[in-house]
Amino acid sequence: MSTSNPTRRGLLKTGAIASAGLAVPTIFTASSAAAFTNEPTGSTVTLGFNVPQTGAYADEGADELRAYELAVEHLNGGGDGGMMSTFSSQALNGAGILGKQVQFVTGDTQTKSDAARASARSMIEKDEAVMITGGSSSGVAIAVQGLCQEAGVIFMAGLTHSNDTTGKDKKANGFRHFFNGYMSAAALAPVLADRYGTDRNAYHLTADYTWGWTQEESIAAATEALGWNTVDKVRTPLASTDFSSYIAPVLNSGADVLVLNHYGGNMVNSLTNAVQFGLRDRIVNDKQFEIVVPLYSRLMARGAGANVAGILGSTNWHWSLQDAGSQAFVRSFGTKYGFPPSQAAHTVYCQTLLYADAVQRAGSFHPCAVAEALEGFDFDGLGNGPTHYRADDHQCFKDVLVVRGKENPENEFDLLEVVEVTPRAQVEYAADHPMFAGGALGECNGG
Amino acid sequence: MDAILLQILNGLDKGSAYALIALGLTLIFGTLGVVNFAHGALFMIGAFCAVTLQRILSLSFETIDESRTDFLGNPLKVETPYVEAWFGPDVGMAIIDWSVPLAIFFAIPVMITIGFIMERGLIKHFYKRPHADQILVTFGLAIVLQEIVKYFFGANPIPTPAPDVFRGSFDFGVLLGFDPYAIAYPYWRLVYFFFSVTIIGAVFAFLQFTTFGMVVRAGMADRETVGLLGINIDRRFTIMFGIAAAVAGLAGVMYAPINSPNYHMGMDFLVLSFVVVVVGGMGSLPGAVLAGFMLGILESISSMNEVKAIFPGIDQIIIYLVAILILLTRPRGLMGRKGVMED
Repeated sequence: MSTSNPTRRGLLKTGAIASAGLAVPTIFTASSAAAFTNEPTGSTVTLGFNVPQTGAYADEGADELRAYELAVEHLNGGGDGGMMSTFSSQALNGAGILGKQVQFVTGDTQTKSDAARASARSMIEKDEAVMITGGSSSGVAIAVQGLCQEAGVIFMAGLTHSNDTTGKDKKANGFRHFFNGYMSAAALAPVLADRYGTDRNAYHLTADYTWGWTQEESIAAATEALGWNTVDKVRTPLASTDFSSYIAPVLNSGADVLVLNHYGGNMVNSLTNAVQFGLRDRIVNDKQFEIVVPLYSRLMARGAGANVAGILGSTNWHWSLQDAGSQAFVRSFGTKYGFPPSQAAHTVYCQTLLYADAVQRAGSFHPCAVAEALEGFDFDGLGNGPTHYRADDHQCFKDVLVVRGKENPENEFDLLEVVEVTPRAQVEYAADHPMFAGGALGECNGG
Repeated sequence: MDAILLQILNGLDKGSAYALIALGLTLIFGTLGVVNFAHGALFMIGAFCAVTLQRILSLSFETIDESRTDFLGNPLKVETPYVEAWFGPDVGMAIIDWSVPLAIFFAIPVMITIGFIMERGLIKHFYKRPHADQILVTFGLAIVLQEIVKYFFGANPIPTPAPDVFRGSFDFGVLLGFDPYAIAYPYWRLVYFFFSVTIIGAVFAFLQFTTFGMVVRAGMADRETVGLLGINIDRRFTIMFGIAAAVAGLAGVMYAPINSPNYHMGMDFLVLSFVVVVVGGMGSLPGAVLAGFMLGILESISSMNEVKAIFPGIDQIIIYLVAILILLTRPRGLMGRKGVMED
């Protein structure tokens, strides 16, 4: 007959083991209870939209949320169907996804990685979201992508432009429709060389975080390959608001081009400061001084006002495109909200349709089945021409738009004009390109 | 040399903003003894006074232009500002163009009213509470004010340009014998510097040469004795809170064309302005102004590439480094008075 003799040490040990077990989030232990994380069992399926609802990118987040709501409406058979009618894959039929009514929950990323992970975790654990999508910053996207990989759900990235998202930080459960820094540079550099010549001296001001670094590396490499000289690369803290002390050294640097690797409020302020200091009125090295903004956003161009006039940059999509997909989306979005959609709205709308379509084609919500359906998928009709979701890194390859700030805008939305549609072939790169090296896609995690 | 001169000029306008905000902070601290973390929000509200007046002056009526279409293919709605319809296109456009300078007259009553409401409605209940409580409540108030502004104006910066006549930059380079445009400085930043000096001078003159100012200075030195003389010092201090709010607001109005206003701009200045107050000496008005300009110039010079090549990242820490050095050598700050915050 055995007897148990409880001791203080034993009790502590048992307690510690039990606590550790309880502390492991349910999303990492759910596999035993279901086939995969948050397998939808009823008549509905829940998607998690994780966007900045507060903080500096709240306006972009609001536009993303509008597009998500529109996509859900269209998936459930409401409205005019938007781009579902122009999408080359006709798997979606307006009856939800695999016959399940689509519902959604939202989270606030606050454009902070920790807050974004917390809201994504909450949507996965409490709301049983089977897919997470969103983000308006590469730092946030990379953080949430990592969480989704661990949790075993698909992550459809929103507005994230860093090479790292599908480079060294790529994950098997993560997919990006938006373009990246390398593609911006590959599209923009030939236009810059064509307009401003090949004998130029460029000075870079760069936001000091993952997106800024990869953007700077990409645009410097692409312009140097065409004969430009890089005079200096200066990193500016993300929290900077007044860039005058960074702009002033440009005046005496011998540079005749200023490249602003800035986004959001940084871009608005640095561009405004540069124009105030008369850079665009200067003649340096017998050439007109020029400013370049590699990544444009209409919402940000609005903040910079007339200062964007004539300045070249790139964008993922623009509402003025005349293809059937773009027109259907603009009509649908514009009728519902009264103004044209931004590129952020476009990319998240596409991502939602692409996820739903992949589930429909795979016949399952299982993340690994969805991933397989998305890998190597070729499609058209979503506003960017023929597009390919590469299996090697889960990056979409499509045409890139080179745009210029409009000189005489006719209204508050008419801020950018497309000067060139750079063909997809020109912005493609090998999956093992040095700028994207250092990470592995890994194995799909179904939870 | 030209690069240093340029950074000194840069520091002057940055210092102007620090000095104006720190001046208001010191006025409130010196009179009411309150550490007001909502002061940055007052600067931000001032900038949004400029945005608001610009929007009021741009209020428009719609007409349909059948010959043109909007992005959905519908007949285009053309908006014409009322001021253009009332005063003619040239005068109307000029009024809108000058909305930022005009916003000075709009902001003064608005900011004084906000200052009164803040002081009477909330802050007066915290006079006898510890400084930690004051910091918490005013910081909370700053967040509330930020969120209110964001609700009405959105999160993105709103362009609020200076009048056309002040666009472009002044070429100091040619004036000082350097190459053309070696030292180019934006006209509006020069305006901002001279405006700040004028406001600072006006506040000092008000305190120095008026009976009201004399009583306030006496109250700052010894509140109890002034009270014993039968003077209602509380009422005067409330008025000073309103004036401090107006100073912060005017600093914000004129700053709007320098950086497009956004709801968070007050917080960006707040922490640095507190460092300025501490370096200048708690409760010292000349100290706040001196430290504002000094730290503004040092911050600018430290962001020169030549300086950063020797001390990487120095531009991010210079203000705090100087603050530590000054507080180690002069614990009361540059011009601090004995007995302030020492009980």
